[in-house]
Amino acid sequence: MNAKGRVHKYGDNVDTDAIIPARYLNTASHSELAVHCMEDIDKDFVRKMRTGDIVAAEKNFGCGSSREHAPIALKAAGVSCVIAASFARIFYRNSINIGLPILECPQAAEAIGNGDEVAVDFDTGIIENLTSGKRYQAQPFPEFIKNIIASGGLLNSIV
Amino acid sequence: MAMTMTQKILAAHAGLEDVEAGQLIEAKLDMVLGNDITSPVAINEFEKCGATKVFSTEKIALVLDHFTPNKDIKAAEQCKQTREFAHKHSIRNFYDVGEAGIEHALLPEKGLVGPGDCIIGADSHTCTYGALGAFSTGVGSTDMAAGMMSGKAWFKVPSAIKVVLKNSLQEDVSGKDVILHLIGRIGVDGALYQSLEFTGEGVASLTMDDRFSIANMAIEAGAKNGIFPVDEQTLEYCRDRYRGEIRRYVADEDAEYSRVVEIDLAALEPTVSLPHLPENTKTVREAAGLPIDQSIIGSCTNGRISDMRIAAHILKGRKVAPGVRCIVIPATQQIYLECIREGLAEIFVEAGAALSTPTCGPCLGGHMGVLASGERSISTTNRNFVGRMGHPESEVILSSPAVAAASAVLGYIAAPADLPEGGKA
Repeated sequence: MNAKGRVHKYGDNVDTDAIIPARYLNTASHSELAVHCMEDIDKDFVRKMRTGDIVAAEKNFGCGSSREHAPIALKAAGVSCVIAASFARIFYRNSINIGLPILECPQAAEAIGNGDEVAVDFDTGIIENLTSGKRYQAQPFPEFIKNIIASGGLLNSIV
Repeated sequence: MAMTMTQKILAAHAGLEDVEAGQLIEAKLDMVLGNDITSPVAINEFEKCGATKVFSTEKIALVLDHFTPNKDIKAAEQCKQTREFAHKHSIRNFYDVGEAGIEHALLPEKGLVGPGDCIIGADSHTCTYGALGAFSTGVGSTDMAAGMMSGKAWFKVPSAIKVVLKNSLQEDVSGKDVILHLIGRIGVDGALYQSLEFTGEGVASLTMDDRFSIANMAIEAGAKNGIFPVDEQTLEYCRDRYRGEIRRYVADEDAEYSRVVEIDLAALEPTVSLPHLPENTKTVREAAGLPIDQSIIGSCTNGRISDMRIAAHILKGRKVAPGVRCIVIPATQQIYLECIREGLAEIFVEAGAALSTPTCGPCLGGHMGVLASGERSISTTNRNFVGRMGHPESEVILSSPAVAAASAVLGYIAAPADLPEGGKA
């Protein structure tokens, strides 16, 4: 399993209200949520976003609410992977559960810049910045998490 | 092996003698909670994978509290979907408008959660029930769906930070000031993946409502859960309410903690969190004078009866400042009724405040107090992220009910002591 795309880079504490503002939580439609992804901190995100792009951020990405709508919005917007120095725990769990690959890697999160081309190998945990030529090692996913992601989410993987 | 209080509850629910930090376990659940925003996503998942039966009709609570009374057609559809699911599966603890309230005030009040329980809820503030000595944590909708199907959830056993409370609070200082102070000290990721275990002789001086406010915002420090020891006050609160068996777990003397944080309750002052993170704390003295457009008194953090009494005590015989909208929201129907019976409702209305039916509404910019660009609200809620309460260029300042009420009267950030006659009505 791999991902490759251009990076959209953000700072510390990107909260779930920033990822998908609560005013749009009157729907559970994935495509409707995708349209408003990141709009309060980066109103051009959806316009700039190309399918397969990667989101990178610094510490505590996804803090705040338990809304699963946040990783759903990112995934439905076409984000292939999120790399951060650290993740808030409910967001981490939700992302795996819905099949959005996310990697914790402080070195990569710090060094990767906005617009860089990055390739990720989920089997080895290697993150390669194709723009700078640098490589970083994240913890690879254990088998059961790879299964969840490949199945498109936790419930798909158990039924 | 020595265990923290949280670890003991998790071990018991996993059927294990002992557990240690980092261990993956599967635990039996005493309660699975969802609301009108998170339940529809869970119901879709539940039905998509062909599930036909919930694990228990008693141990699931569905509460319509966020965008209710329905704020728009889409919100109405989400409530309808949740209502129909509750009826189809004979969910005993389904709460609709008229008997509902904000879930984290409602569940303890109805006795649905209690000491020693293991609870998940598809709402991040599910950590509130740690005030009762339960292990309780927020999860997403998929975990809620899996919980409704199986009655179980997997957890990574957390390590813990020990928060030692000393002495007792001064007048006009409350549980909210304690938790804001703590988040200011350790940061919004200061307890990431960990438990916050509150202990020390200062615990006894805190009311249950103070403890609910503190445990409620454990998530705002990134914590998995916040938890209080079970004492006489807890038992008194649970008497005539909680229907389960009281299970009192005590942390081992030699349990391992990654860090110890001491808080001298007597030294705390009224505290606020400035935009746009709960960790941006200042004392009210440092932040005093910032003008406000709105004051919200309510939420799962501070919509309980003692919060209403504190606000009414300050608003009695006074008026909300011209140009300020003050909105008071009792968290449950029971609290609303007590506000009427105790004469608090009259005080609020006479002061020029709007008194709302129970709802989470304004806290998350849903309805009942959404902010326009450039506006600033003081609020007894729990988050002040960019756009949390409305326009991305609006601001939220978090505070206790005492500070929100005093600020509403003066039109700027202030403590009760700053009122012309002090905090005395």
